[in-house]
Amino acid sequence: MISLPTLWFIVLAFLWTGYLFLEGFDLGVGMLMKLMGRSEKDRRVMLNTIGPVWDGNEVWLITAGAMTFATFPLWYAALFSALYIPLVLVLLGLIFRAVSIEYRGKHDDDRWRSRWDWAMALGSFVSAFGVGAALALTTTGLPLNENGDRVGGAFAWFNGYAVLGGFAVVAFCLVHACAFLALKSRGDIEMRARRAVVRWLPLGVLPMAAWAIVVQQQNGKALTLIPLVIAVVAVVLAWAAARRGREGWSFIWIGAFLVAGVFTIFASVYPNVLPSTLNPAWNLTVNNASSSDYTLTVISWVSLFGLPLVVLYQGWTYWVFRKRITADSIPAAHSVTAQ
Amino acid sequence: MEALDIARWQFGITTVYHFLMVPLTIGLGLVVATLQTMWVRTGKDEYLRMTKFWGKLFLINFIMGIATGLVQEFQFGMAWSEYSRFVGDVFGAPLALESLLAFFTESVFLGLWIFGWGRLSKKLHLACLWIAVLASVLSAYFILAANSWMQHPVGVEMVDGRPVLNDIWAVLTNNTLLVAFPHQITAALSVAGGFLLGIAWYHLWKRRRDGIDTVNEDGTVNVGERPEIGRDKADHSVWIKSLRIGAVVAMVSFAGTAVTGDLQGKLMFDQQPMKMAAAEAACHDGTSFSILSVGDVGAKNCDDVKAVIEVPGLLSFLANNNFDTEVKGVNTLIPEYQEAYGTHIPDDPKYGEQAGTEIDYLPVMSVTYWGFRIMIGFGGVATAAAAFALWITRKGTVPESKWLMRLAVFGILAPFGANSAGWIFTEMGRQPFVVAPNPSFTGIDQVFMFTAAAVSPGVSRAEMIFSLSCFALVYLALLVVEVRLLFKFTRGGVPSAMPELLSSGGHDGGSSGGMDSAGGDDGTGSDGSDSSGGTKPKQPDDVLGFAY
Repeated sequence: MISLPTLWFIVLAFLWTGYLFLEGFDLGVGMLMKLMGRSEKDRRVMLNTIGPVWDGNEVWLITAGAMTFATFPLWYAALFSALYIPLVLVLLGLIFRAVSIEYRGKHDDDRWRSRWDWAMALGSFVSAFGVGAALALTTTGLPLNENGDRVGGAFAWFNGYAVLGGFAVVAFCLVHACAFLALKSRGDIEMRARRAVVRWLPLGVLPMAAWAIVVQQQNGKALTLIPLVIAVVAVVLAWAAARRGREGWSFIWIGAFLVAGVFTIFASVYPNVLPSTLNPAWNLTVNNASSSDYTLTVISWVSLFGLPLVVLYQGWTYWVFRKRITADSIPAAHSVTAQ
Repeated sequence: MEALDIARWQFGITTVYHFLMVPLTIGLGLVVATLQTMWVRTGKDEYLRMTKFWGKLFLINFIMGIATGLVQEFQFGMAWSEYSRFVGDVFGAPLALESLLAFFTESVFLGLWIFGWGRLSKKLHLACLWIAVLASVLSAYFILAANSWMQHPVGVEMVDGRPVLNDIWAVLTNNTLLVAFPHQITAALSVAGGFLLGIAWYHLWKRRRDGIDTVNEDGTVNVGERPEIGRDKADHSVWIKSLRIGAVVAMVSFAGTAVTGDLQGKLMFDQQPMKMAAAEAACHDGTSFSILSVGDVGAKNCDDVKAVIEVPGLLSFLANNNFDTEVKGVNTLIPEYQEAYGTHIPDDPKYGEQAGTEIDYLPVMSVTYWGFRIMIGFGGVATAAAAFALWITRKGTVPESKWLMRLAVFGILAPFGANSAGWIFTEMGRQPFVVAPNPSFTGIDQVFMFTAAAVSPGVSRAEMIFSLSCFALVYLALLVVEVRLLFKFTRGGVPSAMPELLSSGGHDGGSSGGMDSAGGDDGTGSDGSDSSGGTKPKQPDDVLGFAY
């Protein structure tokens, strides 16, 4: 019988996986707005592939954050205060991204649209990088004192793992977004995205694989080698599918790589949730950072019904908007004239 | 300023800013969902137009609420880590429930609504909007549950100096919450009411100025039209109906806020007597309510405050439902608080630079005193204006006066002001506590936390300054953008939300007839019906009813 804190560690890993899987591709589409969208029509096709779903995807992050607060308040407090400056940047990135999606088409002017495209591309990049850095650091540790407070100043968190994690999520998002665009659009964008998957997939998954290997090696458990192997196999399958033009399968296998990779990482660090690099006795673990059993029980019951329901109706949204987007799908630019 | 002060400013600024968007989102959401229901039930074109127009403004505002809401959740951990550690066991639960049960539903179903025009059946499409809007109401409930716990801690026991949850039901049925929730929902509706009223007034006025509508000798309106600029006859009924709905919503919701506010006040006299005494600038025990006081209400010395206009017995009525029970004043309460919670902040490193300093139990009186009066005053003025608007437009249009139009448009701000003032009052009135102790029998003993102890110990002043400046700058810039877009789409009128209304006039290349759902295509869109007769898309389902 696993304990409630352990169960919640698993649920949080699930929420983070869900976030990276779902928002992974819409963050990537955001970053690609300037790289892959050559004409205005291209960019609108790209934007509308994520149009109905991006907001629901982002809630996975909000939920992962709120659930951490409720179930592991000490983890939440230590991680969020230690990463103060990067999280400010993540928040600004997410703000710009959300607003640019809604506002870019509200004014029929090229300069206006171009500015919001930059806001979306940079906002997506910064948020993906920051979330990756934060997740990497919670698995490799921060200079925390006995109370769980960061020592060493505003940039004490900055190290190679932060950079690795940042690149891991950014690169994954880009590749995942290409696979998604190949699957969800038709026409020029589809072709470009297809070629990009074949060309960039091996490089795109590399930093995340490196992160998983580092964490696996540091915490050395034989059992966590299994998902690592699965992750590698998934990449090979994804690449093979992409080469044969099987967009659905390549998208799914890239997703499988993520699931297996994140599983490796979380399973390896368990029972730590946030190690202290100063003294192992100050590590935050599932046992010393969690809420009371009563709180965990309440949230467990609600989640038992709530989470499947979310997955169900969110899945339904994808079904409703399953059609591929083409340049012909897009109505003319919306021009408002004051009377 | 110390890190603590900067963190407090940051929390205040980001919260009040977020709280400009939230009431409009909730209130306007309920209105738009009702309008679309009317359209589905009656099939009348004017309700579709109203749904589309107000829905557009709703979305422009909605996204800002979403974007700024993220900051709120993150900053508990970022800037207030000691607070998060202290209350995480209980305070995190409603937040977790909010994100799981409300945020997901809200965002997913709103996406379905935005993109579902012409793709989902009419009824299913309407249901999506209702689900999204009711989820936003539910999210208000959960966030107020969390906040009410800070005002009136319940459902916990103290274990090793920390509150541990032992009754979630008590937290979710906290009496403070049960009155704060309806108070907030009605306050949100009052914002929507004023919004509809002001904007509809402006459009009716513009139609008169441009000579489209004229007034007959008996004062009734002669509705004209100029379809080439999108101002046809149906447009007139859009505005007059919106105006009336707005006025009625504003009046009914103000009555609701008054009743629930009174109940809330009575609870607060009991739970946080100092907050109410400070709201009253009531230094001495008494029964009178002051309408206007002079002197320095921010003064720490109570003798500087002099009431100019007082209503005898009213204060006692607000607190106790009778006219002669004395209500404790600040001078009586301070010694009571000092006895219960000490005169100095404990000399403990967790209090940082505040350790050992004297505790000031009196909140900033100028803020509580005026916050309380602005809340009630702005609400009241807006309601009186709504009643006046309803009466003066009874014959079908507004007067030609430019000043009345400006007043109506500026009046939109009054309920926003009332909402912000109420929020600032209730949060600042809690100081110096972040979790307020309830001295009377309704509270659990010794569950409280000083704000000075809540701030993140590891975060430096420089980091706080960095984040505060970033948020302030970005928020300011985005506010300008949002308001300009709201103005633009407001000025554009109904066609700004329904470009197909103008496509017959050869406007904008003419290919915007893609939104054929407007004509009443209630199928799933796959049967190829194109009843609107507009420019025909190649294949009906190929063109999105809505696209960014």
